[in-house]
Amino acid sequence: MSLALSIGVLAAAGVFLVLQRGMIRIILGFVLLTHAVNLLIIAAGGVSRRDAPFFGGDTSQAADPLPQAFVLTAIVIAFAITVVLATFAVVGRRDDDTEDVNGSRSQNGVDGELEAQLDSEHESGGERR
Amino acid sequence: MTNIVELLLPLFVGAPLLLGGILFVVPRHHPLQLIMGMGSLLALLGGAIVLLILTFDGTILVHQIALWPGGISIPFVADSFSSLILVVAAIVSVISFQYMIASGEAQSPFIASLVLILAGGVGGALLTADLFNLFVFIEVMLLPSYGLLLFLSRRGDMAASRLYVTVNLLASTLFLAGVGLIYAVQGTVNLAALAGAGDDPATAIATAVCLGALAVKAAVFPVHGWLARAYGSASPAVAALFSGLHTKVAVYIVYRISSVVFEGDGAWMTAIMVVAALTLAVGAFVALGESEIRPLMLFQMVSGIGFILIGVALFTPAGLTAGIVYMVHHMVVMASLLLIASAIEQTYGSGRLDRVAGLRTLLTAAFVISALSLAGLPPFSGFVAKYALVLASAGAGQVLIAGLLIIVSLLSLMSLMRVWADMFNGKRHKDVELLAAEERIRQREGLFDGVVIDSDAAAAEAARALEQHGPPRGVLASGDPHDHRGTRIPLRLVIPALMLSGLSVGLGFGGEFLLQLAEHASSALIDTSDYVEAVMGR
Repeated sequence: MSLALSIGVLAAAGVFLVLQRGMIRIILGFVLLTHAVNLLIIAAGGVSRRDAPFFGGDTSQAADPLPQAFVLTAIVIAFAITVVLATFAVVGRRDDDTEDVNGSRSQNGVDGELEAQLDSEHESGGERR
Repeated sequence: MTNIVELLLPLFVGAPLLLGGILFVVPRHHPLQLIMGMGSLLALLGGAIVLLILTFDGTILVHQIALWPGGISIPFVADSFSSLILVVAAIVSVISFQYMIASGEAQSPFIASLVLILAGGVGGALLTADLFNLFVFIEVMLLPSYGLLLFLSRRGDMAASRLYVTVNLLASTLFLAGVGLIYAVQGTVNLAALAGAGDDPATAIATAVCLGALAVKAAVFPVHGWLARAYGSASPAVAALFSGLHTKVAVYIVYRISSVVFEGDGAWMTAIMVVAALTLAVGAFVALGESEIRPLMLFQMVSGIGFILIGVALFTPAGLTAGIVYMVHHMVVMASLLLIASAIEQTYGSGRLDRVAGLRTLLTAAFVISALSLAGLPPFSGFVAKYALVLASAGAGQVLIAGLLIIVSLLSLMSLMRVWADMFNGKRHKDVELLAAEERIRQREGLFDGVVIDSDAAAAEAARALEQHGPPRGVLASGDPHDHRGTRIPLRLVIPALMLSGLSVGLGFGGEFLLQLAEHASSALIDTSDYVEAVMGR
């Protein structure tokens, strides 16, 4: 039951964060979502049997190793893609359309004017296409 | 022979991955990059053709990884369906890579490596018969794609790449959850061991989660919106490459899962039918309203996915055969049309229908062939595919669907005629020359697309080009309504599209052969007992 509740809470929090503005929140949302799915796979193997299949352990009570192998692989892949997403969050800062443009611009202080100018150029360039 | 090839099946994944890895340490401009890149893609094509020949008579090649007994190991399987799609995917990769070499995009860092790793992932996804392994190979396909999007971004804009990564990560997470659920219900993720498991409602729902995730990846309505945005600002050659590989691999897996797990169960196939019909109609309608060539083609692609899925939704021998023929046709023709869009954008710096006009080169021939083929006119491959699909729908009693297919084909023809009327026909205005000049300056100085070029510099460049090209042969430059002096699309950018449209003509005339191939492939989908037997090693 606690496993099901954890999966539910993680998935709900993940979906909530993915729907927020800002790339960092979206990335954190995906981290939670992948955790939810990893727990789901562990739960899929059954958690009642948890003995080790060696050192004289009872094999009928041995834990299912396959979901653990799945989760291990999935964690590595999710980690790699999270890194890619994090890279995309910091490069090309001016075109991040997940950010609230007006809100973040006002905090930029000195750079604000230059960026606004660059933006207008960018937009006029973009219109041509 | 068969035994040796079976043993070599994992090489379709291993060899491209290994070579791609080696190319990472080869210096960027070393000729080895392109030679090894092209060589391995051609070898992959050759290998795929060998597979197709060996599986033609219904043989199923299986390799159990590490020779574990069937049902425990991860199986690699090649039957006539997967071999056929592998061949076409390899053709699209070879020709897209050739375009990248011609356009100079292959000079960007690591391109050959990334394309090879992508090809390896595609090989794995098409050959594996284990759902978790499939998830891994889809990720292997996606990671180099992110790199390609990033390195070859022509607008220096990350928004589209972010969207692409986010959508795909969401779909992959969903797919993984589906695989976990299937394991929870059935205790296995081996596709052959799941044969017929769709009768059990819990398994059916778990598998439907996987199909939902694949629908996102295949850009099926209502989750198709990301495609035009993400591919729209990638390099056009990359869009062509992805169009032949990513979405089609997802559709291939939908075919496989529907046939093995659901065995064409009526209720599920009706659901797919509804979604497919909506996809093909929505794609064609949206394409009508687009004002740039690439988004227009990308929505045609969405429409095409709907056509392909109609084949599996019918789940009659004729329907599956037609769907597979359509898939082959669509991969070839869509790549051709996107490469045509690439050549135009690369030369004139814009794909807007109202800015570029009066193109009269060999590209016109390629466009006419591909466009008519996509619309489904004889004697091109599109005619064979659409004729078979309409006949199959009518034969299965789905007269409404058959009518819809014909109406949507007319809509496609209309939007392609708009491209013809605006870009290829019509008088060339001076503006086009300025655009081309700006693009040349941008490419020379390595600037992104959005950067504004000094208008004097552009005008000088345009004048220089006009002088170089001189008046057209035998015609007085003044008063000729079809005066087309000035920048032409270089032949090297046209050849890849011409080759693909040539292939479409070939597939049209050789329609009998293509239908025969697809029939072999579909008979294995209808009766999966051979597949299951081969994979389980019984």
